[in-house]
Amino acid sequence: MLIPILTMSIMGLLFGLGLAYASKIFKVDIDPKIDRILHALPGANCGACGMAGCANLAEAIVTGKAEITSCAPGGQDVYNRIAEILGVEVKLKKKKIARIRCNGGKRSADQYEYNGLRTCAGVNLLGGGNKSCRFGCMGFGDCVSSCPFDAIHLDNNNIPVVNRAKCTACGKCIEACPKKIIILENNDNKIYVKCLSQDKITVVKSICPVGCIGCKICEKLSGWAFIVENNLSKVDYSKVKSDTPWQAVIDKCPVKCIVEDN
Amino acid sequence: MDLAMFLSVIIGAIFINNFILSKFLGLCSFIGISKETKPALYMGVSVTFVTTCASIITWAIYNFILAPFHIEYLRTISFILVIASFVQFVEIVIKKFSQALYRTLGIYLPLITVNCAVFGVAVLNSEMFFKRGINTLTSFTMSALQGFCVGLGYILVMLFMSGIRERLELCDIPKSFKDAPIAFIIASLMSMAFMGFSGFRF
Repeated sequence: MLIPILTMSIMGLLFGLGLAYASKIFKVDIDPKIDRILHALPGANCGACGMAGCANLAEAIVTGKAEITSCAPGGQDVYNRIAEILGVEVKLKKKKIARIRCNGGKRSADQYEYNGLRTCAGVNLLGGGNKSCRFGCMGFGDCVSSCPFDAIHLDNNNIPVVNRAKCTACGKCIEACPKKIIILENNDNKIYVKCLSQDKITVVKSICPVGCIGCKICEKLSGWAFIVENNLSKVDYSKVKSDTPWQAVIDKCPVKCIVEDN
Repeated sequence: MDLAMFLSVIIGAIFINNFILSKFLGLCSFIGISKETKPALYMGVSVTFVTTCASIITWAIYNFILAPFHIEYLRTISFILVIASFVQFVEIVIKKFSQALYRTLGIYLPLITVNCAVFGVAVLNSEMFFKRGINTLTSFTMSALQGFCVGLGYILVMLFMSGIRERLELCDIPKSFKDAPIAFIIASLMSMAFMGFSGFRF
């Protein structure tokens, strides 16, 4: 009876001591900051920073390969905490927001009836989508399903609407949209043109009631804060003055494609 | 140590007694890590490495500790002890010397620690080769060979399964069957296919 007990005890003891000794010899020194930053990060592993996960970003921040403001979903709060851990100043980064640059939806004409897979990527394979406008939103909601923060939903008109409070400018919807009509914009710039069509006025008029026709009314009215290029108006935020008559421009736009985000 | 014996061990371990599909060992990792081919292959390589080493170590433990003291009945607990310690040791060493290798293989090593396939190899070896009065050298080579071939069989099935599951991702299967359920069904079909090997005799 004694021999088996002794053999097992000695074996267990040897292996245990061996492992303890090995873990001491082969100890790997890890920067404790990595662990602390990892705890400061949201931990969603969403991949918005371009890394595989939060752990990779924490390591990249400590080694200096990534900015401390890399985690867009975390926002200012997280930047401050990371800056505190590393002992550096945060450079303020303006909050950005995703904007859908199409207002057509159900109002714009279809070029064919589509019964296939209910995704934008799917319909886009068939002749560039079912909408006559080749710049417009097809409304199957790839951006909605791609959003990790539930910030996008489709309105009654089949146009995605971004919830400004929830949007973290992570850029997932921009990748998901085959038409590239979602654009990141500074949150402060509230006025924008909700259209990306570069078609001529005759084409736009025939397929969409709310598409920009490039009439240049906004250009003159706003004192050149709008620029019309390739039959498309866009806001030049560098030329915006405090007394730019926004409301007049919005009212005067014949197709009502200039909108104010609220 | 003739050729027929070699062949029967190799073919037997890889196909006829395939650990996953015929003996149903190591199913946790088989279902868990077979979603993509690359991790599946890495897991397979890690398992092969561990089964080979575990065969050699358990052979030594059995022949030099258990057999001389006539305590062969302590086989199970001592094998578990030695395999778990060995895998932990390998993990520590890899972590120290190759961060890249640790990132690819290291996360699977804790899974292998308690993987029944590894323990299964050791038990199978002890039943087939340790006892029957085969000479020491033969039993050593055969154990190591069997450990290695069991690992090969594991890689083979992991690659089959991950290949199928990668394609399944693109298929329109009923929602209730997605992921694990359909994987179980496929595993059972593959298992039936592997039963076809059981007629082979050398």
